[in-house]
Amino acid sequence: MTVNKWTAAEVARKVIDNEELFILDVRNHDAFEDWKIEGHKFEYLNIPYFELLDGVEEILPKLPTDKEVLVVCAKEGSSVMVAEMLSEAGREVAYLEGGMKSWSSYLEPIKVSDLENGGELYQFVRLGKGCLSYMVISEGEAAIIDAVRFTDVFTNFAKEKGVEIKHVFDTHLHADHISGGRHIAANTGATYYLPPKDATEVVFDYTPLTEGLNVKIGASQIDVNALYSPGHTIGSTSFVIDNQFLLTGDILFIDSIGRPDLAGLAEDWVGDLRETLYSRYRELAEDLVVLPAHFMIIDESNEDGTVARRLGDLFKENHGLNIEDEAEFRRTVTDNLPPQPNAYEQIRQVNMGKITPNNDEQTEMEIGPNRCAVR
Amino acid sequence: MDITKTLDAKGLACPMPIVKTKKAMDTINSGEVLEVLLTDKGALNDIPAWAKSGGHTVLEQKTEEDVLYFYIQKG
Repeated sequence: MTVNKWTAAEVARKVIDNEELFILDVRNHDAFEDWKIEGHKFEYLNIPYFELLDGVEEILPKLPTDKEVLVVCAKEGSSVMVAEMLSEAGREVAYLEGGMKSWSSYLEPIKVSDLENGGELYQFVRLGKGCLSYMVISEGEAAIIDAVRFTDVFTNFAKEKGVEIKHVFDTHLHADHISGGRHIAANTGATYYLPPKDATEVVFDYTPLTEGLNVKIGASQIDVNALYSPGHTIGSTSFVIDNQFLLTGDILFIDSIGRPDLAGLAEDWVGDLRETLYSRYRELAEDLVVLPAHFMIIDESNEDGTVARRLGDLFKENHGLNIEDEAEFRRTVTDNLPPQPNAYEQIRQVNMGKITPNNDEQTEMEIGPNRCAVR
Repeated sequence: MDITKTLDAKGLACPMPIVKTKKAMDTINSGEVLEVLLTDKGALNDIPAWAKSGGHTVLEQKTEEDVLYFYIQKG
């Protein structure tokens, strides 16, 4: 039988289109437990490749014949070996090109909405890592918010759309992934904005992103308004776009809220987090659509693959917005926190410009789930 | 520690380090020690997991100048 090769883009389509898929993940058990390809209708079997060196006969009965089977490993090599063994045993299977490494890097742009006068808002979904970036387009100009490090994806997309990138924002100094923001700005001549309170240690020039900053995109003047919303970091800033969308960064997610501890100051910042979520956001229109910088589980995404929810609905449904007692809230976001993201301290150093790892090292740092939230 | 055999798997990418380690392990006797030199970082977790599943014991592991050393006693 033939061995097929799938790209991360093809797997992403299966996730977004809610298709069925059987994944044979041949990484070791710890790696699989920590992080895998999530799909609404995916089934899994995790058998490390090193347990299959003597043959695949034992697992054949566990693999469906009426469903597509995708073999996945860390980088590709082991999945090719196992896929070939399965092929020799008469099964038609595929492997994931580049393995989890390429899955972690893949970005799928999805349109969130049309804006006034032909404007558009796109969400770039990094399925493997749960990162969400945004591009606002209006009459020849674009603004990008929370770009991940694959800068080509954004600059090529802007080219396709025939727009010039004018403004690049980071809502905060990221700890879970490496920002592409300042590199995009440097390559395109755009202005790069970062909240000054998060930037005290950065070694590059930036334009301060502060409360009340207002930027107009394109001739139709799509409004991008900054709203100071600390708590995940001391500088965390949200955006209201076109009076319709609230970009919350890592403060508020669909089914969880931001964690205050990634810069080592949970106790100090928990009060800010409370203030942002229970006072500042409460003053905003409930019809704003929340667009976060992350999702944690695939169930947070909508039918069309976007991750977006009405603010009013989150006030009703998001557990983190419904902890009346302040002491209990404090405990929830400072005790029993999930493990911190892989290499988060190094990632912060990269985003400050203090260290400049090569591409492979950056990939290694970003391996694993993002873990920016408290559920 | 008495090293019975040394396997140089430097520069090899997954799954070859484990494939070669397994083959080398098949040539030594129970209780003897195999030294494995690797550069593939994936092996850092995979060698101990593989050894455990095969009933072998990792006696020692170290990293020197980007080379990983494993000392595995056959079970």
